[in-house]
Amino acid sequence: MMSDFFILMKQELVITVIIFILLLLKIGADLSNEKMLQLANALLLLNLVLGFIGNRPGVLFNEMFLANPLVVLEKNILSLGTLIISLQSSAWLKKHDHVPEFYILLLCTLLGMFFMISSGNLLIFYVGLELSSIPLAAMANFDLGRKRSSEAAMKFIISSAFASGLLLFGISLVYGATGTLTFSELGALIAGGPLQTFAFVLLLAGFAFKISVVPFHLWTADVYEGAPVAVTSWLSVVSKGSVLFVFVSVLYTVFKPIAGSWYNMLFVLSVLTILTGNLFAIRQHNIKRFLAFSSIAQIGFILVGITGSSQLAAASVVYFVLIYVFSNLAAFGVIALVSAVTGREQLNDYRGFYRTNPVLSWVLTIALFSLAGVPPTAGFFGKFFLLLAGAGKGNYILVTIAALNMILSFYYYLRLVKAIFMDVNEQPIEQLSIPAYSKLALFICITGIIVTGLAGYVYDYIHSLSSKF
Amino acid sequence: MQRPFTIDDIAMNYSSYIALIPLLPLAAFVMLGLLGKQLSRSAGILATLIMLVSTVLACYTAYNYFFVTGKVNGVYPPVAAFHYNWLPFSPGLSIDMGVLLDPASVMMLVVVNFVSLMVHVFSLAYMKGENRFATYYAFLALFTFSMLGLVLSGNLLQMYIFWELVGVSSFLLIGFYYDRPAAVAAAKKAFIVTRFADLGFLIGILILAFYGGTLDFNTLIYQLTATNSSPLTQSPQAGFPGISLLTWALMLVFMGGAGKSAMFPLHIWLPDAMEGPTPVSALIHAATMVVAGVYLVARLYPIYLLDVAVLQIITWVGAISAFLAAIIACTQTDIKRVLAYSTISQIGYMLFALGLAGYGHTTTGYSASLFHLFTHAFFKSLLFLGAGAVIHFVHTNEMLEMGGLRKWMPVTHLTFLIACMAIAGIPPFAGFFSKEEILLAAWENNRYVFLLALITSGITAFYMFRLYFSIFWSRTRSYPHQHGEGSWTMKVPLVLLGTAAVLVGFIPFADFVALDNQKEITIPLSFSIAPVTIAIAGIALAYLLYYKYNPGPQKLALALGGLYKMVKRKFYFDELYLFITKRIIFDGIAKPAAWIDKHLVDGFMNGAGRATARFAESIKAWQSGRVQSYALYFFGGIIALAALIVYWWT
Repeated sequence: MMSDFFILMKQELVITVIIFILLLLKIGADLSNEKMLQLANALLLLNLVLGFIGNRPGVLFNEMFLANPLVVLEKNILSLGTLIISLQSSAWLKKHDHVPEFYILLLCTLLGMFFMISSGNLLIFYVGLELSSIPLAAMANFDLGRKRSSEAAMKFIISSAFASGLLLFGISLVYGATGTLTFSELGALIAGGPLQTFAFVLLLAGFAFKISVVPFHLWTADVYEGAPVAVTSWLSVVSKGSVLFVFVSVLYTVFKPIAGSWYNMLFVLSVLTILTGNLFAIRQHNIKRFLAFSSIAQIGFILVGITGSSQLAAASVVYFVLIYVFSNLAAFGVIALVSAVTGREQLNDYRGFYRTNPVLSWVLTIALFSLAGVPPTAGFFGKFFLLLAGAGKGNYILVTIAALNMILSFYYYLRLVKAIFMDVNEQPIEQLSIPAYSKLALFICITGIIVTGLAGYVYDYIHSLSSKF
Repeated sequence: MQRPFTIDDIAMNYSSYIALIPLLPLAAFVMLGLLGKQLSRSAGILATLIMLVSTVLACYTAYNYFFVTGKVNGVYPPVAAFHYNWLPFSPGLSIDMGVLLDPASVMMLVVVNFVSLMVHVFSLAYMKGENRFATYYAFLALFTFSMLGLVLSGNLLQMYIFWELVGVSSFLLIGFYYDRPAAVAAAKKAFIVTRFADLGFLIGILILAFYGGTLDFNTLIYQLTATNSSPLTQSPQAGFPGISLLTWALMLVFMGGAGKSAMFPLHIWLPDAMEGPTPVSALIHAATMVVAGVYLVARLYPIYLLDVAVLQIITWVGAISAFLAAIIACTQTDIKRVLAYSTISQIGYMLFALGLAGYGHTTTGYSASLFHLFTHAFFKSLLFLGAGAVIHFVHTNEMLEMGGLRKWMPVTHLTFLIACMAIAGIPPFAGFFSKEEILLAAWENNRYVFLLALITSGITAFYMFRLYFSIFWSRTRSYPHQHGEGSWTMKVPLVLLGTAAVLVGFIPFADFVALDNQKEITIPLSFSIAPVTIAIAGIALAYLLYYKYNPGPQKLALALGGLYKMVKRKFYFDELYLFITKRIIFDGIAKPAAWIDKHLVDGFMNGAGRATARFAESIKAWQSGRVQSYALYFFGGIIALAALIVYWWT
């Protein structure tokens, strides 16, 4: 039915329409940056609001496209993240010559993610994944004058192509072994022979590349450091979040029959990821690299949760991504502002930050506390549920390693907090005036960090949507 | 025991406004905390008006509860007027926020609001010209919010949260004059001693919740009293050492209550807490926070009834506190400290009455205890506010530097006299009725306690009138500057509380607040003869010694010698605590522990930290920046995983 098409694909259609509006404006009208940003933010807000109304579950195109409440919620989380990032990057974009192009690229990747999340077929999934990563390379290059930005884009596109190639190889092996690409049919056909298992390993590597699981993570730090802060935060929050959503649903539905094998793989990968992320984070001097490695460690914790393979695990991953959106974007928001105005990105630059910028210092501190998992911030509850899900399998070695690593992560997060509040600096970052857009974004993030943890029904709601394993 | 029932349509009557009663003071706290500097003078008026609204709502609630809803099956039903599922962890465990109305909580609601309002009004003049005037009112509002939250709590954890909040706001108010070292020390002492007691409370809550399976008062009481299958109530051998878990839990909960209510031997913080502003003492350390311990025991009373041993402990802790504090009060010369000890003594009365109600012949002690809590709140806060007015006038706390004040302060004089009569138990003042009921309960259940209580009531009359005569009679002095008695905002609360101290005794309290199976309390007229006679004897003795200034008291003190000194030094409790903390805990335990921590634990941690850092340095080479080597690692990862999964795990 025609109305099905418009209702079920509403979120994708809205994004497409916005892309075309921006494209036409770029060609036809000569808007000032100021106006352009206002319009773009308004459209993104509209997109977020529309995401909440008039949804209903269903399937389209022979189960190639799925829509259900959880999928809608996941897309809304990504829309929220997009809006926050757009608000935060306004200080940087204001001085840029190509604002509409940035938004077009950004929304193309978002569109790709939406298709990926809604996919009920490996082919659609692959198309969505590519749509979400190729424009990203262009975005990484968006600091047009900086060599490092180009280098980041180059590294990203090469690694990405490499990972995609192997992923596609895996998909073709799956097709060869089973004769179908539809998720619902695959679930019954996967049995765990060597060919299927190898195909799964290739698929897993593709996912692992996107969410930076060790040892597929090496591009992360270089790209994060080189790319503009807005793109870095996009990569670390929205892009990773979208792949995580798909990863969990694919693991829990399609590859459910070989849960025993992937459980062991995830065990090894999560330990490696947490340890590597933490150990590297300790040594970093650049704040973006620092957050890159800390986000790798966070992914390790999410993997611990995923190993739980239960409804609790599925819910806690979505819950954690939501919290991660708030916490990480709050941190990136402050860094983006400092970077846009002063160009300073070293950890040492933040010494004595509190003396000049008390408000930003508190925002950054709350965000870091939430990332570290200090109660009563939401990050604590997020990690708590992840570890709880991981403990559900009875693998206490894994949970113990994760818990010990949480302590290790306190060290480097608190080191930054100490630098902000206690260290003295000859040339501290000067006092910054916070633009209205950034203020709004930071306010949303901090409210989210506090409310998501304390209001129990947020988790309850997600839990009620999550599928039983 | 019936299944606790909550009738929806009754709850509907309340839900619309009941949450406002605690939330209004919270709003006042937030407003004054944020905008205090801009508001300055009007901050006090704003807070007072908000309190007025809250008090009106509280009275309306009480009217609704007692007269509109009324009794169901002959008892006032507990009503869960407001309930919010706050942090649901799992189907079995959730942390809720709720409002539970039952006779005791409604009574406390009115008392807390009324006394708090009086203190708000009184402070308008008393704290005038204070630098941190708005801050003071913000703290008062915070305290009122916490106390109301405590009173209305529907479950143990919520109560614990507000219990701690009350402790924090009390800490802030005691240390309000933070430039005085004594105030800072007193605030710390109050906080640490009550925190120590709260540790017991928390463990008790955890035991009760773990074995009772819930935190909710009504459900907990139902489960523990109705079913005997709970491991808590099984044979006493189940626990450690030979004491049942239930006994442990109840004793630990009582420990928290005893700490807040300043019962021996955890009483040492209350006299020092008098360093705070006097109206604060009237609110926190006379009428509301210090009776939280009594309220806590009353709240869990059906559970306490299961265990006679704990009730016996409560009885004797109460009786001994009442007696010892009364003796100490006779030797103190700081008027606020006298009042502090008299508070300890009166709370002792309430507690032993509660204890006695559980294992004797009659159960009247329960409502007698809460009745005394009710009347005591009025006359004791009146005494403190009166003392505040006196201190405001003479600028000292020392009784020996006062005298003859009746000429300058007629209103204070009269109301103070009423309060003294009330506490001494002279008919027809409020204290007479409640004390009589307590003494009757003691007479019927335990003659030893009765004797001790009777003697204590004589001592009470003596020290209260010693205070009264010393302040208002004795020798007349000249005072440096005479600015009159104080403005109307100081007098109105005194008069209102004075009126209450006369009238509230006539309320047929046992009709409203009583155990389910309690029989009616009738005090035979002849029973009152002994207590009243003893009280009058106490007053007469005080009259002889203190009405006119004479060397008699001095001589008496000398004659008593060492005994007097021992009592004056408060039985050396403070010195004992200092010995235990300084000599035993600091030197004996803390110092060796610090050495181990510094040399062994830190040494290991530093070593581990250095090793981690070195390791991190050594693997830095992986991150070379060359894309081709990244691809190599990528491919290596796939091969390793495939090898693992294909050859090892299948």
